[in-house]
Amino acid sequence: MYNDVVMDHFQNPRNVGELEDADSVAEVGSQECGDTMKVFIKVKDEKIEDIRFQTYGCCAAIASSSIATEMVKGKKLDEAKKISKNDVVEKLGGLPERKIHCSLLAVDGIVGAIKSYEEKK
Amino acid sequence: MDKIYLDHAATTYVKDEVLEAMMPYFSNVFGNGSSVHAVGREAKKALEQSRKTIAEVIGASPEEIYFTSGGSESNNWAIKGIAFDNMENGKHIITSAIEHHAVLDTCEYLEKFGFDITYLTVDEDGLIDLDELKNAIREDTVLISIMYANNEIGTILPVEEAANIAKEKGVLFHTDAVQAAGQLPLDMANSSIDLLSLSGHKLYAPNGVGALYIRNGVELDNLIHGGAQERTRRAGTENIASIVGFAKAVEISKRDMERETKRITALRDKLIDTVLSEIEESKLNGHRTKRLPNNVNFSFKNVDGEAILINLDLMGICCSTGSACTSACTGPSYVLQALGMEYRWTNGSVRFSLGAKTTEKEIDMVIDALKKTMDRLRMITFKV
Repeated sequence: MYNDVVMDHFQNPRNVGELEDADSVAEVGSQECGDTMKVFIKVKDEKIEDIRFQTYGCCAAIASSSIATEMVKGKKLDEAKKISKNDVVEKLGGLPERKIHCSLLAVDGIVGAIKSYEEKK
Repeated sequence: MDKIYLDHAATTYVKDEVLEAMMPYFSNVFGNGSSVHAVGREAKKALEQSRKTIAEVIGASPEEIYFTSGGSESNNWAIKGIAFDNMENGKHIITSAIEHHAVLDTCEYLEKFGFDITYLTVDEDGLIDLDELKNAIREDTVLISIMYANNEIGTILPVEEAANIAKEKGVLFHTDAVQAAGQLPLDMANSSIDLLSLSGHKLYAPNGVGALYIRNGVELDNLIHGGAQERTRRAGTENIASIVGFAKAVEISKRDMERETKRITALRDKLIDTVLSEIEESKLNGHRTKRLPNNVNFSFKNVDGEAILINLDLMGICCSTGSACTSACTGPSYVLQALGMEYRWTNGSVRFSLGAKTTEKEIDMVIDALKKTMDRLRMITFKV
């Protein structure tokens, strides 16, 4: 069902955890009926210096979270904000049709964290 | 790597004894049971012997056993057959909220024809309330269909009592015994059940064969019209080889039932008790004791069931889940939802269904794998 890239990110997810001194934290998803994600970012020079996540969700959701955080790490906020679920799915090398929407969570989480940082400023 | 297969509720392998019994019926005794000549008669003999064997095991008469292509067909036939035959007398059917889709979807289909369906609720263990059943019966009720045991959570329902209630009120009673047969003894001679569905591939016979028990005197429309097979009630050239296999598997299940029930129940209980005591935030779905010998269904809080499934699959363990993400993401299994649990529990469910080759060593390995899996996934999860 899942390709090797997805399996790798599921078995060895990058950036799992919390950041104690995070500049911004976002919680996305629905606790009552769906996947949820918490994203922590540390910002320096308008770039994502560090990022961590925690995800409640299926294999596709976890793999998407892992790869998405890798994709935005070190990027400028403006650029990172533009990440889309298509970008994530492409980087993963594809997801089964009915799992594509699972990658939305990662996008919402990262964009949410960035927006919340920008609003604070 | 050898797999540890714990998904027997989905399907079983074909036992060697069963396959051996089937072999002559592909090339040697291959005839059409309806043919008049010697080759046909030989096949017919095997067909009728198979019918007799199955009848004996479940306390029925041979002419009450009708072969079908499996549990889904048997369920469709029983429900549609009774519904369409009785339409002038009434259009109300009672079933439970946790039936298999073959029953639920058939009932839903009948709504198109003006049928009104009552879905009995279940408690947190998956049991129906017999009073609720009594109160639901109306003048225009034509059929009650309650499953013998649930495929997801293993709960054994009070089907004999329900059938008695139906009989008292003069309503026909059908039960989907697809999961129960082979594990629990059935005795139609001492039962009020009118129709009973059986399936081969849940009890070590091949896929694509099953039966519907129809008590003598019960009338219902055909589902499949055509030839005169199965006493003109179910057309289609008989799948003799699979039917022979089915009969052999049913015979074996009776022969080994006492020993296997004891053995598998012990393994099941070890898995249940160890996991519940050693893995945090875990619970058992379904009744603890009124439960199929081979069924274990856990819910683990705060981790998605599909993630657990994939993790276990990577470790060589085959099981199944009721999590939302395995069913076109429309929500976790309707059976688990009917038990009234919160999403973070229902969505973290995993089902293990043991089988004839399951060993204690395998159970120990599964317990170990589950612990490692839960430790890992709980580190990744966003806990609420």
